[in-house]
Amino acid sequence: MLDTVLSPFRHIGHLTVNAIWRLGFACRFLFAVLMASGQCLTRFGLVIREIYFAGVLSLIIIIVSGLFVGMVLGLQGYNTLARFGSSDALGALVALSLLRELGPVLAALLFASRSGSAMTAEIGLMKATEQLDAMGVMAVDPLARVVAPRFWAGVLSMPVLAALFNVMGILGGYLVGVVMIGLDSGTYWSQMNNSVDLHFDVVNGLIKSLVFGVAVTLIAVFEGYDATPTAAGVSSATTRTVVTSALVILALDFILTAFMF
Amino acid sequence: MKRSTIDLWVGIFVAIGIAAVTFLALKVANLTPQSSDSTYVIYADFDNIGGLKVKAPVKSSGVVVGRVSAISLDTKRYVAHVSLTLDSHYQFSRDTSAEILTAGLLGEQYIGLTQGGDETNLKAGDTLSVTSSALVLEQLISKFMTSFGEKGGDSHAASAAK
Repeated sequence: MLDTVLSPFRHIGHLTVNAIWRLGFACRFLFAVLMASGQCLTRFGLVIREIYFAGVLSLIIIIVSGLFVGMVLGLQGYNTLARFGSSDALGALVALSLLRELGPVLAALLFASRSGSAMTAEIGLMKATEQLDAMGVMAVDPLARVVAPRFWAGVLSMPVLAALFNVMGILGGYLVGVVMIGLDSGTYWSQMNNSVDLHFDVVNGLIKSLVFGVAVTLIAVFEGYDATPTAAGVSSATTRTVVTSALVILALDFILTAFMF
Repeated sequence: MKRSTIDLWVGIFVAIGIAAVTFLALKVANLTPQSSDSTYVIYADFDNIGGLKVKAPVKSSGVVVGRVSAISLDTKRYVAHVSLTLDSHYQFSRDTSAEILTAGLLGEQYIGLTQGGDETNLKAGDTLSVTSSALVLEQLISKFMTSFGEKGGDSHAASAAK
């Protein structure tokens, strides 16, 4: 009787302890990956290969979503700003919202669901089919050979993708604001120029995307490495990668915004 | 080690990234001259700066000639002490006057400089003596209301006297 009453609480306690356990393991894992990264420099080809899979193949989705986000910002921003008679400020609105928040966050969310999940599934499946163990037997460190190149590829790709997302968004806003609605092209750029600061907005946005890159890729490779080596285990690890990355990105974004702006 | 197609694609990816960052830096953001040899700093004291912010433009005849680099309160005289960083291409005479203006009715505030007639130019570190404060909308309205009230009271008194 007492057992049936207490079991939900026991379950919650178990989940909490497990989460903290995994957090500690993830931190140790990050340290181990950093220690094993030396080989990435001598065999940079591995990192290049992973940049191709994580970064280059994400270009299409980043370009298309950036364009559409910029176009939506242009339309909605114009409707709201026109009500106050300040539709001239559209360029500033589009650029600032993209550079400070939308660019880094949305690019990181897309990156997590496109490349993060792929990394988790790949590493998880390598573990399930005992390829990682086989490497260990051949005295090849799987952290240095498999995990570290993916980690660095993600960290390096993320700022590039976020910058590209920003550029496409600004062009999308231009397309709607200037080409479609017919605002003045010079005003669009000069208003943007006046209100965007290189160090304050552009560089801070890039720092944000770098932090997101570290977080997303670490979660992806960690979930893959930590996955239960079964088909169901890999599947749930992939789901966890996307969900955890999304939550971590949004939480980190709040903290970084509070620090920076 | 042979060159492969993956290298080409990663090369394109990196080039796109560099192009994107360059575009953001040059076309989207404003590159304010940072080095001290191409700019000089002068100061201006205002009774009230209204909504003036750091990095607001300093204009002369509508042309941007510099930016507001710092704003502080002078606790001896209780006036706002504003530092203006000006482009050294533009030299102004010593009796130049500064006023705080608003772009449009509700737009951002900026500092307008009006050239004076003195032959010697401003040096770095000089303080502008002739300044006029920002137009604060609430004060303007309250002034208007007071004068309106007085006028109304007068006419009322006049009609009562009749």
